[in-house]
Amino acid sequence: MSGTLCIDGIAVPFSDGQTIIEAARSAGVYIPYLCHRPGYAPYGSCKLCTVKVNGRTNTACTLPAADGQTVISNSPDLQHDRQRITQMLFVEGNHFCPSCEKSGNCQLQAVAYHQNMLDNHYPHFYAQRELDASHPDILIDHDRCIFCNLCVRASKEKDGKEVFGIAGRGIHKRLIVNSPSGKLKDSDISVDDEAAHVCPTGAILVKRSAYLAPIGERIYDHHPISEVACEKAVLDTQAAKGHASCDQAQLAGQVPQNSGSDSHYAASMPPAPDIKHGR
Amino acid sequence: MLRAVQAQYLHIPQAAIEQLAAALHIPRTQIIAVAEFYSFLHLTPQGRYDIHISDSITDRMLGKEKLLNYLSEKLNVKVGQVRADGLVSLNNTSCTGMCDQGPAGLVNGYALTHLDYARIDVIAKLIEQQAPLTDWPAEFFAVDEPIRKPGLLLNQPFNNGAAIAATFARGLAETLAEVDCSNLRGRGGAGFKTALKWRTCSVQAATPHYVICNADEGEPGTFKDRMLLDLYADQVFEGMTLCAAIIGSDQGLLYLRAEYLFLYEQLQRVLQRRRDSGLLGRNIHGRPGFDFDIEIRMGAGAYICGEASAQIESLEGKPGIPRVKPPNSVICGYQRKPTVVDNVETFFAATHIAIQGGQWFAEVGTAQSTGSKLLSISGDCARPGIYEYPFGTPIEDILRDCGADDVMGVQVGGPSGTFISNRELQRRVAFEDLSTAGSFMVFNSSRNIFDIVQNFTDFFAHESCGFCTPCRVGTTLLKNQLRKIVEGNGAAVDLEELSELCLIVKNNSHCGLGDSAANPILSTLASHPELYLNQLKQSSFTPGFDLDATLAVARRMAERDDDAAHLSQVEN
Repeated sequence: MSGTLCIDGIAVPFSDGQTIIEAARSAGVYIPYLCHRPGYAPYGSCKLCTVKVNGRTNTACTLPAADGQTVISNSPDLQHDRQRITQMLFVEGNHFCPSCEKSGNCQLQAVAYHQNMLDNHYPHFYAQRELDASHPDILIDHDRCIFCNLCVRASKEKDGKEVFGIAGRGIHKRLIVNSPSGKLKDSDISVDDEAAHVCPTGAILVKRSAYLAPIGERIYDHHPISEVACEKAVLDTQAAKGHASCDQAQLAGQVPQNSGSDSHYAASMPPAPDIKHGR
Repeated sequence: MLRAVQAQYLHIPQAAIEQLAAALHIPRTQIIAVAEFYSFLHLTPQGRYDIHISDSITDRMLGKEKLLNYLSEKLNVKVGQVRADGLVSLNNTSCTGMCDQGPAGLVNGYALTHLDYARIDVIAKLIEQQAPLTDWPAEFFAVDEPIRKPGLLLNQPFNNGAAIAATFARGLAETLAEVDCSNLRGRGGAGFKTALKWRTCSVQAATPHYVICNADEGEPGTFKDRMLLDLYADQVFEGMTLCAAIIGSDQGLLYLRAEYLFLYEQLQRVLQRRRDSGLLGRNIHGRPGFDFDIEIRMGAGAYICGEASAQIESLEGKPGIPRVKPPNSVICGYQRKPTVVDNVETFFAATHIAIQGGQWFAEVGTAQSTGSKLLSISGDCARPGIYEYPFGTPIEDILRDCGADDVMGVQVGGPSGTFISNRELQRRVAFEDLSTAGSFMVFNSSRNIFDIVQNFTDFFAHESCGFCTPCRVGTTLLKNQLRKIVEGNGAAVDLEELSELCLIVKNNSHCGLGDSAANPILSTLASHPELYLNQLKQSSFTPGFDLDATLAVARRMAERDDDAAHLSQVEN
């Protein structure tokens, strides 16, 4: 089955088996996500890609695209909640962007910029989490883990191993390693594994690679994540630059739409503090 | 399997994890994940007497906090710890389903009721003597089933096999039509139409089909399923059996919450008796080819496993994390096969509908909520226990029956339900008004509403499975933010923040737990906003001089006295 769905007033074609987020990405329409990754089984835990589909809330990364769906993604309400959810991830762990090796290549940081996140908003949890530097080539900094499950899926589905798992309940969730000691050095992970490279934050890092690309020349230094995430998909599908808009009749009665840029949301946010002239 | 290991070794030892992982060909991470997920599984050794005290609000109202401290002193063990000699460990736990006979607890999984100082003295002595539980006084473990007001279903006479006989005599499709006509809706809280669920399952091509009875009665304040399984187990199993006939299933599972371990043996005996009398097993009721049996599986302490898809995950030996929907479990459930998951009371009702017909049931209640509802009433009332009412009964009638006066408010449907104040007592129990899975907690005017709300909010933070961000982080933020305000450290902006946070958790969470985790705050904010406002920190400084008075000269000179010519130092 294939057809067309409507995201924020843009007609988005989809092919059989695509989820809403994948159909959107292929068409160059960005819906923020962290626990999703193209080519991976849907998971649906971070909730950043929460959208309204025909009036009902769902996650775009898990819901199969279907003909006639009217999807709202870029409404002020949803954008506001996305910003808050991103802030929750920041206060739950310990994220020190200025001193983090992943800065500039980090999806969490890039999503936060995209969401116009200017502070953490919530009180920090100051979680006590350990570092696992036992492996000669790979490092786990648990401070930065957001429980997206990508390393778990990568190891199982892509590498044919089961190096990672997520244990604990509620706020006590933690990433664990499948080895007798629980340390990464005793697991069968290898630096060539996809699991060693899949982390959207700086929680799992390949040692001695942190500054191969200098600050200023990193993935998100010159292009926002909304462009980076869609770029490859758009090239793949040869999608046209201009977006066809949906049938206006379908949009009648919906919340005001915007063109898909960040402008709508930015207008509703307080201006950034002027650091130079601030007191 | 892990429960058995735990029972023998008082925890899941590292060596057992290694052995199980090798024998079952699963990663150790999966075993650790399960052990850490469930409250009653541990990776470190617990005491030989492992005591859990129920921390439900109703237990607290009966003096649980003081009793717990007394027990802690008496046994010389801190709450949350194991005594150095390994003899005893003491912990809090979520509601154990004994709110009508609290304060309650568990020792090595078995329910203790009616705890008081005298009993605690005896218990402490028995533990120090290392007396086996079988030597403890039987009355410590006695669970009463106070049925105060039987109604439509509880009053119905019943002979074993009658519902199965009626189903076969009428025909399977015809019986499903009767269930449809009865308009029976799920009694677990969600209120999904039972006949629709059964019909959807029956037409699924994938086989086999499964019947699961959800007896993970975890909503604080609910204990009506405990009573049904204790006294009416045959009628529940019969409901499962006729469901199996209708949807074409040969395997049923009863997911029994860990706290109801005391029911396990007697339920096994009921199942065996039914097998012996041809009501379970092969060719049931002499009908060739109709094979069906029921297996009991124990939970391990996780409220979230009351959610159908989380329960299925749990039955498959995994942490109880609700699945992504669609697909619904009726299409892709246990072992990824079509599965009907229904509440204990739903099967119980179905049994009587199969005998009496749908019309009989539909005549009671309201148009949208037919039949009767079992309520578990606890808290500040003279006669706590089980009551059965037709749907549509006003709260004030129920309060009169259970002997509640001086009512400040009622929590209908447990923490995930609604708090109503004494100004709303004419509201009714019904899916279209106050929906409830059976919990009904009464609070009199001596109670502090914040104690209640904090207890419930802490409960959700404790029970969140942690899968999705808004619930994992949000429930803890809610707990902290509420405490800030209750302790008098909140400003007006903190109250706004609290309301916003409620909506973020409610609107973005993965499942019903997150969806309802903010309900205690939201419903009391709506019913008692003044209480929250009074709790806010007042402006702490006193102006050293009167700014507005100082401007009087300027005003006179400018010949102005409009609003803009006045300044206030303190925002009103």
